[in-house]
Amino acid sequence: MAIRNEAHLVENLLDPKIPQKPTRDGYGLGVIEAAKKDPNVVVVCADLTESTRNLEFKKQFPDRFIQVGVHEQFLAAGAAGLALGGKIPYITSYAMFCPGRAWEQVRTNICLNDVNVKIIGSHTGVSVGPDGATHQAIEDIAIMRPIPNITIIAPCDVVEAKKAAEAIAAWEGPCYIRFAREKTPVFTTEETPFEIGKATTFRTGKDVAIIACGSLVHNALVAAEELAEEGLDVMVVNSHTIKPLDEKAVLHAAETCDAVVTVEEHQITGGLGGAVAEYLARARPTIQEFVGVPNVFGESGAPNELVSHFGMDVPAIKKAVKKAHKRKTHR
Amino acid sequence: MAHVSDKRIKELEIIANTLRRHVIEMVAHAGSGHQGGPLGMADVFAVLYFHALNHDPKKPDWEDRDRLILSNGHTCPIRYAAMAEAGYFPVEELKTLRRLGTRLQGHPERAKLPGAETTSGPLGAGLAQAAGLAYAGKMDKKKWRVFCQTSDGEHEAGLHWEAMLFAGKNRLDNLVCIVDRNNIQIDGRTEDIMPLEPLAEKYRAFNWHVLECDGNSVSAVVDALEATKSLFDKPICVLTHNVPGKGVSYMENNFLWHSQPFKPGEAEAAVNELKSVGEKLEAEYAKL
Repeated sequence: MAIRNEAHLVENLLDPKIPQKPTRDGYGLGVIEAAKKDPNVVVVCADLTESTRNLEFKKQFPDRFIQVGVHEQFLAAGAAGLALGGKIPYITSYAMFCPGRAWEQVRTNICLNDVNVKIIGSHTGVSVGPDGATHQAIEDIAIMRPIPNITIIAPCDVVEAKKAAEAIAAWEGPCYIRFAREKTPVFTTEETPFEIGKATTFRTGKDVAIIACGSLVHNALVAAEELAEEGLDVMVVNSHTIKPLDEKAVLHAAETCDAVVTVEEHQITGGLGGAVAEYLARARPTIQEFVGVPNVFGESGAPNELVSHFGMDVPAIKKAVKKAHKRKTHR
Repeated sequence: MAHVSDKRIKELEIIANTLRRHVIEMVAHAGSGHQGGPLGMADVFAVLYFHALNHDPKKPDWEDRDRLILSNGHTCPIRYAAMAEAGYFPVEELKTLRRLGTRLQGHPERAKLPGAETTSGPLGAGLAQAAGLAYAGKMDKKKWRVFCQTSDGEHEAGLHWEAMLFAGKNRLDNLVCIVDRNNIQIDGRTEDIMPLEPLAEKYRAFNWHVLECDGNSVSAVVDALEATKSLFDKPICVLTHNVPGKGVSYMENNFLWHSQPFKPGEAEAAVNELKSVGEKLEAEYAKL
């Protein structure tokens, strides 16, 4: 195995029966830890207490739980005011509605104002499933990336999600974390390194580097392990922070492998793949393949079914890696 | 209610007139910007900065200050003029309005100008921020209050009504929303574009106190803002009935002066008119 010991991943990484939990659960746990440490942490909720995993926070900190109803624009703009008053508001909704619906308030009232608001976007990706395209946020990274002052994080599992939700409280300035509704493999541990802005190499390799974020990092690892049996040595980098991109890690991956594949449950336009491509075009032009949603809307279906349908499952990732490798060797 | 002497009222009128001159001169110097709204709001801003607000121009970040959120950010020339006269920055700096590198952006920016409190311009977002701030103040049992200056036209934005609901629900009596009810917006009269009336009744229906006054009468504005201190348990709306372009006869009540460049001679004529009003006010003051 070329899985790095320093990554401290679970031992049953490839077990098809690996325990699964949604990353949104990690938010619910992390914000409580943050609130215990800092009395200024408050949660603002837009009529989605349970599904954004705020029930426990509400129970433990009733005076710091603010219900605003179905008012996503207010969620963002009101939180800017709370932050101006010294609070650290975690504003919670489905990503489609905030930052989606509230984009201009996020951009102007939070980011241009440069206030300490934490945007919690649940229900990202097509894995939202049966609710269909209206509720599947697959453009959220793209609409957030061009905004100055924002930090963007996509945690890879529930353990990392908890760490991220806790860490942003002490990270001054506007942050956006995207979470997912559906259960996904729990494959990192408490010991797995997590530092905002610092990508973690989970697997070493020299033929192709996969740079991934969110729960598809697990698919990337499975793909890499399977490809090892086919003779390809694939690096896997968990780039949980999309902005600021860990350019050092991306450059290292490009220089080591000379071909990269980006993997994300997001439109291939403007997401992690775009961030990597924009950086490498300047720093070190490198062959790149993109795994993500191919410029179409999602639709109803079972979560895993949709991940496969839109080309983000293990076979699709393997295909992209092979293609990148072929392009590299036939250059 | 605190008694305010006739002499003090006259002083505030003189200040309001000075602010109007600054507005004309700075917008003329910049070559663009908004005149009608700021002129109509000059009396309110004179009362805010020189009577109502608990603030310290030398310490814009003073923790216990009252917060003034300017929601209709395009009217910032009047705020800049009032801040300069109050001592936040030199009056000379008003000439930098809208120039590259200025702290006096075309729409105000918190990060650039200490005391601006928020970044604003996109309409309808000020009350939401003011309500969030007032909520934070209540959580921490602070004594300071939040004033939010809004335009009437921006009441068409849905976000404003979201904020009205939130403030009403949470009984934010440390929040005062001042409405520049001047009946104009860019495309014409508010009641033609999208009728707002009965506006006072709408606020009341959203669980707000409502006060109304002649916003171009300094003494009426002083009385209204004093009266807000005795209202509890609900947020407070002060509908100030203002004449857009007030003080410059060719601008008054003409919606085209929401914002349009001066033609040659227009700014000078406006300044001259305001100068003569200023002389009259000074003469009246001397007799008190």
